[in-house]
Amino acid sequence: MARIDLDSMDSTYMDVLREIGNIGSGNATTALAQLLNRKIDMSVPHVALLGFDRITELIGSEEDLILGILFGIEGDISGMMMFLMKPESAHNLTNALLCTDNQSAEFTEMELSAINEIGNIISGAYLNSLAMLTNLKIITTVPSTTIDMAGAILSVPAIEFGKIGDKVLMIETQMGEGEAINGYFLLIPELDSYDKILAALHM
Amino acid sequence: MSEMIKVGMADLKICKYPDKLTTLGLGSCVGIALYDSTTKISGLAHIMLPDSTQIRNNTNIAKFADTGIVELIRQMVAAGAARNRLTAKIAGGAQMFAIKDNSDFMRVGERNVEAVKAVLAKENIRILAQDTGLNYGRTVEFDSATGEYLIKSVGKPVKVI
Repeated sequence: MARIDLDSMDSTYMDVLREIGNIGSGNATTALAQLLNRKIDMSVPHVALLGFDRITELIGSEEDLILGILFGIEGDISGMMMFLMKPESAHNLTNALLCTDNQSAEFTEMELSAINEIGNIISGAYLNSLAMLTNLKIITTVPSTTIDMAGAILSVPAIEFGKIGDKVLMIETQMGEGEAINGYFLLIPELDSYDKILAALHM
Repeated sequence: MSEMIKVGMADLKICKYPDKLTTLGLGSCVGIALYDSTTKISGLAHIMLPDSTQIRNNTNIAKFADTGIVELIRQMVAAGAARNRLTAKIAGGAQMFAIKDNSDFMRVGERNVEAVKAVLAKENIRILAQDTGLNYGRTVEFDSATGEYLIKSVGKPVKVI
C-alpha cells in the first residue's frame, strides 16, 4: 500500500490528487451552475504543499474577511472539506438564488441558511464523484458556516496538518474566476485517508 | 519609532522596548505574550497544538504549547529578562466552526487554552489577563512599552487587556 510522505511526494501522486480535485470540483461546479441556471467556469486544480506561513496566500492576507463552510468527512476516509468564498461573492450567490439585492456587510439568517445548503449541494457533488471513482464510502457531516479573518478560518485545516508535519497539502480549485461568483475548494483528508484513496485507485 | 514585529503561525519572537509584536488572525491557535515589566523585554508565541509529546513529528518547537512556551522563556532570559518577573497574557483558542463532532479536532481551541494554562502554571508564570474561547478570530498586538495586549476582532470593538 502506498505510504504518503508529505515532504517527499512524487509528481505521480500530485497528478492523481490534482485529477481528484478536477473531477470533484467539476461536478460541484456543474451542480452550482444548474442550481443558478448559469455558466460557471473552473480553473485547473492546483495541488500544493504550503508552509503554515503561506496558507492564506491563495485568498489574500490573514486579516481579509472570508466565508468558510466546513464539512467533516466520515466513512471509509476521514478529514475535512472546506469551501471558501469572499463575502461579495457569497452575496452575489444568495442574491441570485433568493432574488434579493443585499450588498451590506451582514448576512441574514435566511442567507446563511441558503449558503449552508449550497455548500451541502456542491460538497455532496464533489465527494460523490470521489466516492464513485474510488469505490469508497464517503459521508459528510452537517456543514457549518463562519465569516471571519482568513487566518482564523484557515487555522482549522492548518492545525489538522500540524499534527503530522509543518506543511499543508491543498487540493485547491477556483471556480468562476473573475466572475460575480467564485470560490475555492479545499480537500483536507487525514494522512491515512490519502493512502486509502491512492490504494483504491491502485496506485 | 517602534517597529511592529510579525509572528507567524507556529512561530515565536521576542522584542525589546519600544517595539511591538503582532500575530494576525488567531483562530483556534493561542497567542501567548510574556513580559518582564522592568526590562520591558517581551515575547509572543503563536502555538497550534497542545502537546508535543502526542505528536511524532515534533521538531518545530514553536508549534506546541509545552515546547513553545519553554523556548520563549529561554530566549527572553537570554536577552536579559528576569525569569521570576515574567507575567503572561493569552488570547485565542476559539472554536471557529460549530460542527458537532466526537473527534477532538473540533475542540482543539479549548485544549490549546487548557494546555497553555497548565504549562504557565508549571513554569510559575502568572496569567494577568486572557481573552480566549468563543467562536471568532483575533488579531493581537503586544506593546513592550506598556505591556498592553491589544485584541482586534471582526465586527467588535478593539479590546485592550
